[in-house]
Amino acid sequence: MRHLFAIMSVCLALFSVSVQANEQTTNESSISPNSAALIAQLAEVKLSKTLPVLEQLEAVGGAELLPLFTTLLEGKLYYVKASKQIVAVEKKGSDYLVSDLFSAQLLGAMKKKEIKKIRVNNKLRVFLRQAIARLQIKSPEPEKRLIAIKALYGSLTDSTIDTLKKVYPDETNLEVKEAIELAFALYESKSPLAEKRLAAVNGLAESLENEARNSLTYLVENDSDKKVQMAAGAALKKINERIEFYDFVDQLFFGLSLGSVLLLAAIGLAITFGVMGVINMAHGEMIMLGAYTTYVVQLLMPDAIEYSLLVAVPAAFVVSGLVGILIERGVIRFLHGRPLETLLATFGISLILQQLVRTVFSPLNRQVESPLWMSGSLEINPVLSLTLNRLYILAFALLVFGLLLIILRKTSLGLNVRAVSQNRSMAKAMGIRTDWVDAMTFGLGSGIAGIAGVALSQLTNVGPNLGQSYIIDSFMVVVFGGVGNLWGTLVAAFSLGVANKFLEPVTGAVLASILVLVFIILFIQKKPKGLFPQKGRAAE
Amino acid sequence: MKLKTLAAGIALSMGATVMSFNAMAAEDTIKVGVLHSLSGTMAISETTLKDTVLMMIEEQNKKGGLLGKKLEPVVVDPASNWPLFAEKTRELITKEGVDVIFGCWTSVSRKSVLPVIEELNGLMFYPVQYEGEESSKNVFYTGAAPNQQAVPAVDYLMNELGVERWVLAGTDYVYPRTTNKILEAYLKSKGVAEEDIMINYTPFGHSDWQSIVSDVKKFGSAGKKTAVVSTINGDANVPFYKELGNQGISSEDIPVVAFSVGEEELSGIDTKPLVGHLAAWNYFQSVDNEANEEFIEKWKAYTSDERVTNDPMEATYIGFNMWANAVTQAGTTEVDAVGQAMIGQKSPNLTGGMAVMNKNHHLSKPVLIGEIQGDGQFEVVWETESIVMGDAWSDYLPGSKDLIADWTDPVKCGNYNTKTKTCSGQNY
Repeated sequence: MRHLFAIMSVCLALFSVSVQANEQTTNESSISPNSAALIAQLAEVKLSKTLPVLEQLEAVGGAELLPLFTTLLEGKLYYVKASKQIVAVEKKGSDYLVSDLFSAQLLGAMKKKEIKKIRVNNKLRVFLRQAIARLQIKSPEPEKRLIAIKALYGSLTDSTIDTLKKVYPDETNLEVKEAIELAFALYESKSPLAEKRLAAVNGLAESLENEARNSLTYLVENDSDKKVQMAAGAALKKINERIEFYDFVDQLFFGLSLGSVLLLAAIGLAITFGVMGVINMAHGEMIMLGAYTTYVVQLLMPDAIEYSLLVAVPAAFVVSGLVGILIERGVIRFLHGRPLETLLATFGISLILQQLVRTVFSPLNRQVESPLWMSGSLEINPVLSLTLNRLYILAFALLVFGLLLIILRKTSLGLNVRAVSQNRSMAKAMGIRTDWVDAMTFGLGSGIAGIAGVALSQLTNVGPNLGQSYIIDSFMVVVFGGVGNLWGTLVAAFSLGVANKFLEPVTGAVLASILVLVFIILFIQKKPKGLFPQKGRAAE
Repeated sequence: MKLKTLAAGIALSMGATVMSFNAMAAEDTIKVGVLHSLSGTMAISETTLKDTVLMMIEEQNKKGGLLGKKLEPVVVDPASNWPLFAEKTRELITKEGVDVIFGCWTSVSRKSVLPVIEELNGLMFYPVQYEGEESSKNVFYTGAAPNQQAVPAVDYLMNELGVERWVLAGTDYVYPRTTNKILEAYLKSKGVAEEDIMINYTPFGHSDWQSIVSDVKKFGSAGKKTAVVSTINGDANVPFYKELGNQGISSEDIPVVAFSVGEEELSGIDTKPLVGHLAAWNYFQSVDNEANEEFIEKWKAYTSDERVTNDPMEATYIGFNMWANAVTQAGTTEVDAVGQAMIGQKSPNLTGGMAVMNKNHHLSKPVLIGEIQGDGQFEVVWETESIVMGDAWSDYLPGSKDLIADWTDPVKCGNYNTKTKTCSGQNY
């Protein structure tokens, strides 16, 4: 406790004196000899003894330690073996760029052998995050203040509350203000005075934060005062009702997102299988090729990972589409109207493609990086956050679906495809080159599978077996939705996704997929042509 | 024309995977069988072990072989097909006449080999961490038993990180189910309440982790420190960790300790969001030790610079060295003699110290816990003070509490009941 007090007062003093100076350059003179000695110790102590050193550091130092703590947290703090100097290190290729910790001045590149990393473990990371939060309560940026205060919810002490009380009147940002109020309420909920606790309950009742809920639960279970207990119980009930609603939204989102993955995987098949009637067992491998194309694209543009997906989408379309056309021209066209042979031939092709990828890229999975804009989540409130990659993929799936619909409805290729699929000989008699249309349709379906591969590379492993895990699902969606009907595929994908995700919490993942499969089997018994069967003569 | 290129493609790929060592056949050699999948789903992990055995054989031959004879590898491909493992074992022993087999990865493949290897009285070294509850006269287990991996990991979380709530997540097959059963019994014996344990199974290759991760998040938001003990197998780990990262669960909030994630598995992942999550093994590539450095150097020279080493490789290394010593000591490759000479055999670990082969055909080895680093390696954060003896039959399961395995006289039994003083006669 005394430690913390010391820290805070030192912090305050330093802040009031040199906030400005710290913001621009933390010149070395601001590091007190005391801190410097402690920092030097970091190079020598064992991992298990690092924590006390850091604690002492926090006690004697202030905001000038921020770069030390953040670099350590990021695992970029090293010391030079020869001089024992503590430095920040940025790895660039095989070089290690060493720079001064506080002035950020580049000291030059070193070999891996010349420097040694200062190790951190989870315990230290927890401490560092909170220490950084304590230093940043007064940061000029409201986002940083908000993160700092939220990080301290779990470890509120008298001195932290004192600091918060001092900054509260001057706080202008509404969100930060609310966060500070919640911190006060959390703190007061442990007060020995019943009135204070009662007041705290009111403050906590509006919040969805974990800590608020836990404090309330604690009050309900342990409080000696009946009134407080009742109030806490009522507040908790209200919060839980809200959470239930958000849980439902969350689950719906999970279902839609699984549905979007199914849609992407199946939509190419809906064309090759649904429109052309080719049972294409190599469809999964077209997805795999798309994913590997993403990998190759990232290899070719290592400095622009952020944009790599934008390049990968057309590239994957072209690669998978070309391979699809090749397969159609080389194999499938000779097997027209013989579904069993087509099935076997395409299955063989899928094995060949898998082994080819194994030989070229090795059987190990390849690492496809996620661009920054696709990582993390969109936080709507403390209990509901939607992961960004899933959101993007959901939007992307709908976009692809829309585009495909336009191609089939509004372009001459689409017209030809529909004509051929409805009546091949009549279309031929009307002067449509059915051969060419077949190749193009198959290419289109395969190309779209390739695009699906780009999306899947962001969610799952990029390896030779990628396609296999999606082929069954794809067929399931297409058959369930009704062969030859794109809208059916859309509805089927989303309903299967949502059904799966609502079953999962009840039955577990294994049973959920079994149940879905059983449902589809029963459904197909009743309606062999799926949700939206094609009507009229075309259906025969 | 295109068919021809296709045919060429097939021939090429077949040539690459099915290795033929017939050319090496010499007059009088000691034959070493290598029974690891080189195709199919397990190829990703097992190919590495095949290469390790081949490297060890090459090295032993440079030293002059064993008993004055050269070693000759016989590599077969059971293709991740469990029944095929049994067939290939029969082929190796009866047709090729191998003196020893290094092989298997999954428990189900080992179970499929057991009846054959016992019937033909062969000798096998199994190098992977597994669920225990087994000891065969003809198999030496050089990977970790649950008490050498799972139990110390849980101890670490409980004592060092103060974990009170537990999520046991696993892939749905025999290893995770048995391990979780042991862990559940162990946790309860430590006073953890039923409602503080959440058990979850997922299918092989599960890729949609959204709801499970969100459940874990909810489970962990009850104010008690929560950890995930993961027996999730191979591939499925990547999307699992990705989802953890995306839903904003960091290793400080809810650490995940994994038993099937090693350097090899991490080499296919962007590890930045995983930093701080844990793994328990008997070996990490990052361990600073001369023997280890030498081994890594040899491995990189034998394969390529980007390849990593991992725990099952060390287990293969120890197993091979012990076998070589036992053969030298017994003066023969005859299975019973070598089997007896194996017991009590000592061989250096790559992490320092000596591994000892016990009477129950399991090793005594140190247990290490490492945190994942940004470069796909592990940083050791905790290790046992001395070596831990592998326990064939778990002390925490009601069915196996009283069982021991002892392959020396007078017991000579893989599942001897110390209470009834009988050998149940069941061999596996």
